[in-house]
Amino acid sequence: MEPRRDADELGVYVHVPFCSHRCDYCAFATWTDRGHLMGAYVSACLAEMERAYCEGLAQASTVFVGGGTPSLLPPALLAELVAGVRRQPDAEVTVECNPESTSRELLERLRDVGVNRISLGVQSLVPHVLDGLGRRQVPGAVARAVELIGEVGFPTFNVDLVYGGAGETDEDWRATLDAVLHLDPAPPHVSAYALTVEAGTPLARDRARHPDDDVQADRYVMADEVLAAAGLSWYELSNFARPGHSCRHNLACWRQADFRGFGCAAHSHAAGRRSWNIRSIDRYVAAVANGSCPTAGEEVLSRERQALERLELALRTSDGVPAECLPATPEMDGLVERRGDVLVLTRRGRLLANEVTLRLSVPGTTLAHLG
Amino acid sequence: MVDIAKIRNFSIISHVDHGKSTLSDRILELTGAVDARDMREQYLDSMDIERERGITIKAQNVRVHWRDHILHLIDTPGHVDFGYEVSRSLAACEGVVLLVDASQGIEAQTLANCYLAIENDLEIVAALNKIDLPAADPDRYAAEIERVLGLPAKDVLRISAKTGEGVDALLDQVVARIPPPEGDPDAALRALIFDSYYDQYRGVVSAIRVVDGTLRSGTKVRFFQASTTHDVEEVGVRTPVPVPVDALGPGEVGYLAAGVRNVGEARSGETVTDAARPVAEALPGYRHPKPMVFCGLYPVDGDEFPDLREALEKLQLNDASITYQPETSTALGFGFRCGFLGLLHMEIVRERLEREFDLSLIATAPSVAYVAHLTNGDVEEVDNPSSMPPQQNIADIEEPLLKITILTPAEYTGTVMELCQTRRGRLERMQYLSAERLELVYVLPLAEVVVDFFDQLKGKTKGYASLDYEPAGLETSDLVKVDILLNGQPVDAFSSIVHRSKADEYGRKMAQKLRELIPRQLFDVPIQAAIGGRIIARETVKAKRKDVLAKCYGGDISRKNKLLDKQKAGKKRMKSIGRVEIPQEAFVSALRLDD
Repeated sequence: MEPRRDADELGVYVHVPFCSHRCDYCAFATWTDRGHLMGAYVSACLAEMERAYCEGLAQASTVFVGGGTPSLLPPALLAELVAGVRRQPDAEVTVECNPESTSRELLERLRDVGVNRISLGVQSLVPHVLDGLGRRQVPGAVARAVELIGEVGFPTFNVDLVYGGAGETDEDWRATLDAVLHLDPAPPHVSAYALTVEAGTPLARDRARHPDDDVQADRYVMADEVLAAAGLSWYELSNFARPGHSCRHNLACWRQADFRGFGCAAHSHAAGRRSWNIRSIDRYVAAVANGSCPTAGEEVLSRERQALERLELALRTSDGVPAECLPATPEMDGLVERRGDVLVLTRRGRLLANEVTLRLSVPGTTLAHLG
Repeated sequence: MVDIAKIRNFSIISHVDHGKSTLSDRILELTGAVDARDMREQYLDSMDIERERGITIKAQNVRVHWRDHILHLIDTPGHVDFGYEVSRSLAACEGVVLLVDASQGIEAQTLANCYLAIENDLEIVAALNKIDLPAADPDRYAAEIERVLGLPAKDVLRISAKTGEGVDALLDQVVARIPPPEGDPDAALRALIFDSYYDQYRGVVSAIRVVDGTLRSGTKVRFFQASTTHDVEEVGVRTPVPVPVDALGPGEVGYLAAGVRNVGEARSGETVTDAARPVAEALPGYRHPKPMVFCGLYPVDGDEFPDLREALEKLQLNDASITYQPETSTALGFGFRCGFLGLLHMEIVRERLEREFDLSLIATAPSVAYVAHLTNGDVEEVDNPSSMPPQQNIADIEEPLLKITILTPAEYTGTVMELCQTRRGRLERMQYLSAERLELVYVLPLAEVVVDFFDQLKGKTKGYASLDYEPAGLETSDLVKVDILLNGQPVDAFSSIVHRSKADEYGRKMAQKLRELIPRQLFDVPIQAAIGGRIIARETVKAKRKDVLAKCYGGDISRKNKLLDKQKAGKKRMKSIGRVEIPQEAFVSALRLDD
């Protein structure tokens, strides 16, 4: 028997694979030359959803529309896409936006179709740092977008940041953090990511711009201190929020809840079965159009693997893992701390999370319980 | 049996790449020994490695017919490591063809082998090869041959082994100038083994030259050095296909199969005599091969240790000059301390082990055999830094020396001398071969040569210098053992015996190299180099601070798991030195001392 789940919990992710410009570090499934397919793409997504609902897919408890740059879609089209997802009345509905394409019209339309959370891709507020990331940003666009988010009236929103890019100094990072915290309204949620070199990206080919681990560690510590002081505490390695503002969609994902992905390259998870859709826009659209299943691959996790993964994901969050899942060796000192029955990563432990993860084991009792 | 007056036994001597194998191929073709359509390059080189590297490791011999004569061509090993084997092959000949590249002239090995031929009283037929090349300058190098070796320039033949031009004239000269062998068919049997190889069906098959008497199939023979008696199962000649014959008479070259189980009992230089009528004295010149260079060989995967043992056993059947004995390293596990004739020999053996036996090996840095005289009067041979007695028990240490001969274009004289000087060399002789070329003779500690000396020499002279060497005894030297400690623990695989004047440099370099190779751990790892208890260098691998995947959303989970699995598998392959985990590759890179 599978472990019991809350029957009401289902995440829906919708992927929007369009960008006006590809940043140098980006390895996501996104394209800058497929704008002419926006209409066809949204229709395909809606068709894929419709098919899923015919097959009995439940109403979503959380919805996340990510990309790419969802806000690049014409407002009406994006609203139509969001409206296609069936959801529970109190569902969290997030849409990722780029500051430049965040207009009042767009935000109002999104609000009107039930979007209640905006995730704004900012990355940095220092021009030369953005240059180093190969990212474009119109000066003042972030402040304007945030102001609009406040005016149109979203109960919560997030700002995405990246640190450790070439040419970024401690002061630059500090400046970005301070500027973000002084936005009006101030964001109740910040995601701060260490710049990661992904294979095949322009960044990967340019060794001179590769980040230094020690520098990134310093920046993480700075972010953790500055954000905590502003009342945003970590609830996942790279995510910080005021109480009540954590992203429910992601949290559910890290708690191994089921989620269903729509659109090209979108991933799904249902009770230990993971699957993913065709990566390219063109082939995805074609597959849906001719009625075939857009799934490109799947993997079925063994019970042991599921149990281990559950721990691995939990370890990344402030939920922590049961104490018996980690060895009580001296090398764990300072990496985890005990909170009741669970072990939670310390700040140093968060920076060395892989080392801790490698030492996780599923206690026999947990497996027996699963069986 | 054959009319002795019609026999000519000869070898081709030349420097690597001067075209010896090509000339052998042409001779086989021209004499009709090998049909043109069966011809393949380097016909006589039977090992893959020989063909690939273009060198001959095992001596081969072949009987061909030319006009109404019988020629025995004895192909000699083509590298300095096998100098002794060359000398035994030459002992089976009355003459040599000295083959010199017409675009490069005499090289160090040509010179060494030519001196060997002169010492052995062999007739020398000199030929300049590759005259078809645009860069060929036969007049110039014929003059050089006359000046350096005293062979008249007008007698130097000009050939192209590649096109076949002049090869028939060369064979005519071999017949005309090289004397036939002498020997008494009725005297007691004396025959020289000059090479042996192991055949899995027949046991050891030896290349043999009859000096006196007659070697008959079905008789009993005695091996003089090995003190063993064997039944002659088969004698024959190679044409190059083996053809059994009833008997081999004086002057004849052929093969002998006598049920010998390993080549160590039929070494080059062995004298074969009639068991019923043994001669009183062996043929001169036998030497027991002595390993010069040593290294530890360890399987990358510890489970392959038994396979490595079996592979070494099998290789030794065919190459008696390899020595090996089990040793244990805290860092590398179980392996063998192996001895080799020289650096190339070491490389070849290692390559054969990996290639023919499908093993993956780690080799420690090459070392030499030191002789330690202890304060209590004992004498110990130390071929492994870990078996070095404590400093306070040592009265003095001797190290093996090499006499090396370098031929170099004069413009590189300064560079070569500087290299030899930094390797603790002592100049013995310096002589101009011509206005542009110079011969330098140095005595150098072997230990200084085994570590990338050839590469340095080649690099610094753009490949123009050539080298030959021979052992030159032992000499007392101020040597110390440098230990490398990781997190306070000595790592035997990195210990080295070095001259005191170079200890600091070695320690510093090794510590720096390891700092770069050892992955950061959860704690600071000090790396120290020490002589006895005295620290001479120190580096630190700082504790790692960040090892985390920044993003882990729905689509990232599978990918993240793959990364973690990889990291986990990597951890398994690591060797632990105390609490420090070191990937296998770090050992391999650290032990590669060429940079």
